[in-house]
Amino acid sequence: MVYNLAVDVQGMTKRFGSLTAVNHVDLQIRAGEICGFLGPNGSGKTTFIRMLCGLLRPDEGSGTCLSHNVLTGSEAIKREVGYMTQRFSFYEDLSIAENLDFVARMYSVNNRREAVQRSVEQLGLTNRKNQLAGQLSGGWKQRLALAACMIHQPKLLLLDEPTAGVDPKARREFWEEIHQLAGQGLTFLIATHYMDEAERCHRLALIVNGRLLTHGTVAEVIGKASLTTWSVSGPNLLKLAQQLRQRSGVDQAVPFGDILHVSGGDTATLEQAIAPFRTEQYEWHAVESGLEDVFIHLMDSSKENSLP
Amino acid sequence: MRRDRLTFGMMIGIPLIQLTLFGFAINADPKHLPAAVLLADQGPQGRTLLYAIQNSQYFHFIREVKTQAEAQDALARGEVQFVINIPENFTRALLRGQLPSILVEADATDPAATGNALGSLRVLFNTALQNDLKGPLAYLTGTIGPIDLRVHALYNPEAITQYNIVPGLMGVVLTMTMVLITGLAITRERESGTMENLLSMPTRPLEVLIGKIIPYILVGYIQVGLVLLAARFLFHVPMVGNLILLLVVSLVFITANLAIGITISTLAQNQRQAMQMSMFFFLPNIMLSGFMFPFRGMPGWAQVLGEMLPLTHFLRIIRGILLKGNGLNDVALQLWPIALFAAGALTIGVKRYRQTLD
Ligand SMILES: Nc1ncnc2c1ncn2[C@@H]1O[C@H](COP(=O)(O)OP(=O)(O)OP(=O)(O)O)[C@@H](O)[C@H]1O
Ligand SMILES: [Mg+2]
Repeated sequence: MVYNLAVDVQGMTKRFGSLTAVNHVDLQIRAGEICGFLGPNGSGKTTFIRMLCGLLRPDEGSGTCLSHNVLTGSEAIKREVGYMTQRFSFYEDLSIAENLDFVARMYSVNNRREAVQRSVEQLGLTNRKNQLAGQLSGGWKQRLALAACMIHQPKLLLLDEPTAGVDPKARREFWEEIHQLAGQGLTFLIATHYMDEAERCHRLALIVNGRLLTHGTVAEVIGKASLTTWSVSGPNLLKLAQQLRQRSGVDQAVPFGDILHVSGGDTATLEQAIAPFRTEQYEWHAVESGLEDVFIHLMDSSKENSLP
Repeated sequence: MRRDRLTFGMMIGIPLIQLTLFGFAINADPKHLPAAVLLADQGPQGRTLLYAIQNSQYFHFIREVKTQAEAQDALARGEVQFVINIPENFTRALLRGQLPSILVEADATDPAATGNALGSLRVLFNTALQNDLKGPLAYLTGTIGPIDLRVHALYNPEAITQYNIVPGLMGVVLTMTMVLITGLAITRERESGTMENLLSMPTRPLEVLIGKIIPYILVGYIQVGLVLLAARFLFHVPMVGNLILLLVVSLVFITANLAIGITISTLAQNQRQAMQMSMFFFLPNIMLSGFMFPFRGMPGWAQVLGEMLPLTHFLRIIRGILLKGNGLNDVALQLWPIALFAAGALTIGVKRYRQTLD
């Protein structure tokens, strides 16, 4: 093994009654890597993350998380993992500093007071530290939660949509910090719905309906999908999009402002499909498929596969 | 409503429980009260009198005591509600036409429980021996109330209801609040999502539970203190027994209730359900524990149910300590059921308390 794997699990499965929320997912994350975790709503991201940190017992599966057994070692895993929940889950009736202090105490952090102080400073909330957490705006709550789950200096961070509702500047700062920490050897698994964030990850994992569809670097994921995309500009794109969608070979026709992205899984049929529309009034360019095109393509095709 | 079976269950269940309890279990005119006899007189008239007393339906002789000390003991423990003393010279006095006297010692902590029984005795004593007042004694008939009934209403001679209610209130208040606040506290964490966070941290379930419980124990003691102060200075309830003993015993009782709260919180999906379950638990406690209605007035099945509730035993303890001056020996008798209950509920609660979210 060349790489030191922070997460190495196989066949992770979780069922809720008749629903299989996570279905035999294998995932490896190298230490120091930022792994983006993508998937539509209800695809099982949160459930998978909860299984990793011992909050849910997997129905099937095995493997290691920070070289502790995921099934039996949750005590040890919890100590070295920072988990940021999707929903704000700190005490709204405690102040910022009290929340951080509580978390630090739960992890028995050494020099607790300093750790809390440092964390508050990093947050940039020194003069608001006695404000109640419940009164913070949504974005600040996210930032507080992030600070709190890093206070015990975990080795692996499981972040469930950490930047939902965070403004662009704070988001950029956040990603800069993530990269810096990853450089120091921390590992991240970050669930997100933002494509720009996905592109900032070392590797991506896409999960749909509980199944892992694809896993790899951004380039790999785009390459594997072998999706052809054309961009077209001209008058009345909306009508064009509707017409194109009717034709076989066109998987998506997505407007991006003044241009329309038309993509399909098969290059030849796509070209046939667009041929009648390649008239003067439209300007066509072959472009590289974007991550979003690829994801939507993958999600759509998996839906077709799962629905008979 | 279809989604919320519990609410539906409550709407049907609570009226049913109330109907059963009020309709069948509650009886403000308790009969067949346990009594002991201290029979010093061997004459037949003494026996006749006892038969007559038992026939009144109000008394049920369960034992005969030999000494006054034994009688006091049985009363203090609450084994018997009455001790009927038939003095040595009862028959002789009766035959000589003197006014014989009978001493009835009653545990009057709950005036409601003894009132009717004592009233019936007064009526009875004017008639019971009519059959024996024949022949040479016939002249006594109708001339005097043939027996002089002396009643010692022990522990609460003036029959002040507050003396009974106010100490009991302590148990009721503790039951209601302790069960409810623990039930709510843990479900609230689950509802607000903080439980997810808490569980993702390296805490042991017992630590979390103890961390939750300890502040509530303090709250419980504050309540105990408040009720005691009110009892002392507002209602002037006598406090004969050892208050330290009371405080120690309260801990067991508080723990039992907290344990129920924990169990409820592991069963309830959300705070509203926890609230409903607490009410469900609270209702029989109020009705069957002997707080509102005399315990001995209830039919056997209701008494059996009542015996299973910690409040029933706590009421006996606190009334025993405050009014009767009971010591550890008397208290222990009622304490172990509470302890057993606490241990049982705690085991279930801790076992059910999940360390994961599923
Ligand atoms: N405790 C639970 N009981 C029953 N079903 C559940 C439970 N938790 C999740 N599910 C179901 O499992 C599936 C996966 O849910 P999950 O929360 O993991 O999705 P997600 O990928 O995190 O979605 P989102 O992007 O909306 O956060 C969903 O269909 C959800 O309804
Ligand atoms: Mg989620």
